Amino acid sequence: MSDLNLKKGSSAKSAYNLRPNFSDIVERHTLAVMVENEPGVLARVIGLFAGRGYNIESLTVAEVDHEGKLSRITIVTTGTPQVIEQIKAQLGRIVTVHDVHDLTVEGPSVERELAMFKVAGDGEKRVEALRLADIFRANVVDSTLNSFVFEITGAPEKIDAFADLMRPLGLVEVARTGVAALSRGG
Amino acid sequence: MTRQMTGAEMVVQALIDQGVDTVFGYPGGAVLPIYDAIFQQNNIKHVLVRHEQGAVHAAEGYARSTGKPGVCLVTSGPGATNAVTGLTDALLDSIPIIVLTGQVPTFMIGSDAFQEADTVGITRPCTKHNWLVKETAALSSVLHEAFHVATSGRPGPVLIDIPKDVQFASGTYNAPQPSTSHYQPTVKGDISSITELVEAMEKAERPLFYTGGGVINSGPAASQLLRELVAATNFPITSTLMGLGAYPASGENWLGMLGMHGLYEANMAMHGCDLMINIGARFDDRITGVISEFSPNSTKAHIDIDPSSINKVIRVDIPIVGDVGHVLEDLMKVWKSRGRKTNSAAVGNWWSQIKAWQTIECLKFTQQGKVIKPQYALSRLEALTKKHDRFITTEVGQHQMWAAQYLGFEDPNRWMTSGGLGTMGYGFPASIGVQMGHPESLVINVAGEASWLMNMQELGTAMQYNLPVKQFILNNERLGMVRQWQELLHGERYSSSWSESLPDFVKLAEAFGAKGILCSDPDDLDEAIMEMLNHDGPVLFDCLVEKHENCFPMIPSGKAHNEMLLGDADTQGAIDAKGSVLV
Ligand SMILES: Cc1ncc(C[n+]2csc(CCOP(=O)(O)OP(=O)(O)O)c2C)c(N)n1
Ligand SMILES: [Mg+2]
Repeated sequence: MSDLNLKKGSSAKSAYNLRPNFSDIVERHTLAVMVENEPGVLARVIGLFAGRGYNIESLTVAEVDHEGKLSRITIVTTGTPQVIEQIKAQLGRIVTVHDVHDLTVEGPSVERELAMFKVAGDGEKRVEALRLADIFRANVVDSTLNSFVFEITGAPEKIDAFADLMRPLGLVEVARTGVAALSRGG
Repeated sequence: MTRQMTGAEMVVQALIDQGVDTVFGYPGGAVLPIYDAIFQQNNIKHVLVRHEQGAVHAAEGYARSTGKPGVCLVTSGPGATNAVTGLTDALLDSIPIIVLTGQVPTFMIGSDAFQEADTVGITRPCTKHNWLVKETAALSSVLHEAFHVATSGRPGPVLIDIPKDVQFASGTYNAPQPSTSHYQPTVKGDISSITELVEAMEKAERPLFYTGGGVINSGPAASQLLRELVAATNFPITSTLMGLGAYPASGENWLGMLGMHGLYEANMAMHGCDLMINIGARFDDRITGVISEFSPNSTKAHIDIDPSSINKVIRVDIPIVGDVGHVLEDLMKVWKSRGRKTNSAAVGNWWSQIKAWQTIECLKFTQQGKVIKPQYALSRLEALTKKHDRFITTEVGQHQMWAAQYLGFEDPNRWMTSGGLGTMGYGFPASIGVQMGHPESLVINVAGEASWLMNMQELGTAMQYNLPVKQFILNNERLGMVRQWQELLHGERYSSSWSESLPDFVKLAEAFGAKGILCSDPDDLDEAIMEMLNHDGPVLFDCLVEKHENCFPMIPSGKAHNEMLLGDADTQGAIDAKGSVLV
């Protein structure tokens, strides 16, 4: 394939991907998608991302308005500005999608994620894990003689940082919820 | 009006209330209650096809030629999976159809029951929207909503999966109401963007209208407005394969179709224009050629009802989201109110340039010798049917491109071809759907022998319902378009592109009770075509044509509009390694 001299980021398969006019810079965006809570709506959204080759970094979904039968899907995705625009337009096209908000561009927003970490070990490492958990305001939700389960809430970067610190201290398992996000202000 | 009835009766009632007169379908266990309800009424005609793919393409043909949504009814499992190609075809060409599928009873869903398939799962990516209805109480509102979704905004196929117990159970039927659902696409364009486009039109030196299927989908009023706008501005106009007929082929400003097999002057104008006004087209890769060199010096305006079409492939300067008819109406108003200005001197020079391109006569051919050239066959078909109230469908391949080049379309909804998906086997069942919608009109399917065989079983349908569809087969005994690409791109290694063991089409026609005509001599062609036209019934016309004719002009893969090949002499080394990997 190298002799084809294709532009970086383009694939050899289709002319669609040869887009020299568009910016190559990959951005990370958090989208809040309000959807009708019908069976299959999540499959529609995920199928769109899979079918058109978009990235999903994290995805959370839950009903937020029982009476209005609305669920909120929060998707963290990455792509060039043109791809991000397409993702939003394609989401907006789904018949049961009510609104698509790009929290990354629509003013300031807050992002939170909950994670649980199981850390096993004893002696110095166990003490150190507990000390760091305290600094990160993680709660101990389970403990045995040689393990802890910590619960931590925060922006995804904080959770990444905590994971990095726990790894050498005996990290055995992580469960993360994915990002929930809201715009700031009224 | 609310009434108690069974789910099956609701289906029929909803179709009647939605103005449906024809349903294309095929029965099976999971839709028997609906077939029973159809049996007991006289408002809706059911056309029994011979394969579910045929039902969907027939519904597409009906929809495209009448402007009304097409309706299909098929059974669960294999009935539903056979409908998938047609659904995808309708999705890519934005054709409003409603497909009703039977499903195993709700209490058996998920048990791998006989003829169970996850129909809504399979068809989610190939429908605009779909529903599995689990309660009879919800059925009538879903049915009405399905029509709303299929026909509003950018039209498309929808599917309703109805379990058998839901068809049997009784519930309350609600008559159609104006849709209150959240789905209400914008039809009016933004006036400031429209004004921006008008300003660009006033100044443009080399303007061009590039129109597509969106004009036709918008309805006859949009085509009418387009004609007025073209006449008033004197701008040249070209169209995609999907948009043929919105502006008449005999119109003074018509440049012909553009794109991979479009006309030289149309593609050169696309390349050289300084203002491109895209009306209801979507910058498909068959249109743009290589994107980096697509119309490099133009300001681009794009009118489209689907926001996701904007900036998907080509970055545009003036995006206008809205229905073509509404936007053109406002555009005309704004343009008139500002004094109907154009840069007529510059546009005059632009026309001189275009006229010079036209002198190339890129579609010229010479019919000589005893073998019929496909271009000649279509020119004669055009000449002999032009005056008729005529509808054309096509299959997919070289014959399709030649039909687009050599037949002229004066009105919208007269040309039905599989543009986006390129589905061989589309044309014959589509012609059946068209004929159902227009019983008195002349309906011709321009076919290749290979494509036609893909849904040949529908000859039974044409016979059963006495549909006098004319199957005009340009028989080159080749998968011609594949052969052409192999010649140009794969060193003339003709891997599996021969149509071997072809049937005797005349005998095949006769086996179904239809009429078959064989023609191989150019001198007999006119008479044979007249015989086809004069026969009151389905005709299979086997027109033996030149086997190795290539379709030109051609923009090779990976090339720009101004690098068209005009004939066989241009093809040496025309496509490089980079181009040959593109589809
Ligand atoms: C269902 C399907 N399968 C394969 C193709 C690929 N294909 C495109 S054109 C073509 C050849 C068509 O042959 P024919 O119908 O005889 O038309 P011709 O090009 O010879 O006019 C093929 C195989 C297709 N478009 N559709
Ligand atoms: Mg052929």
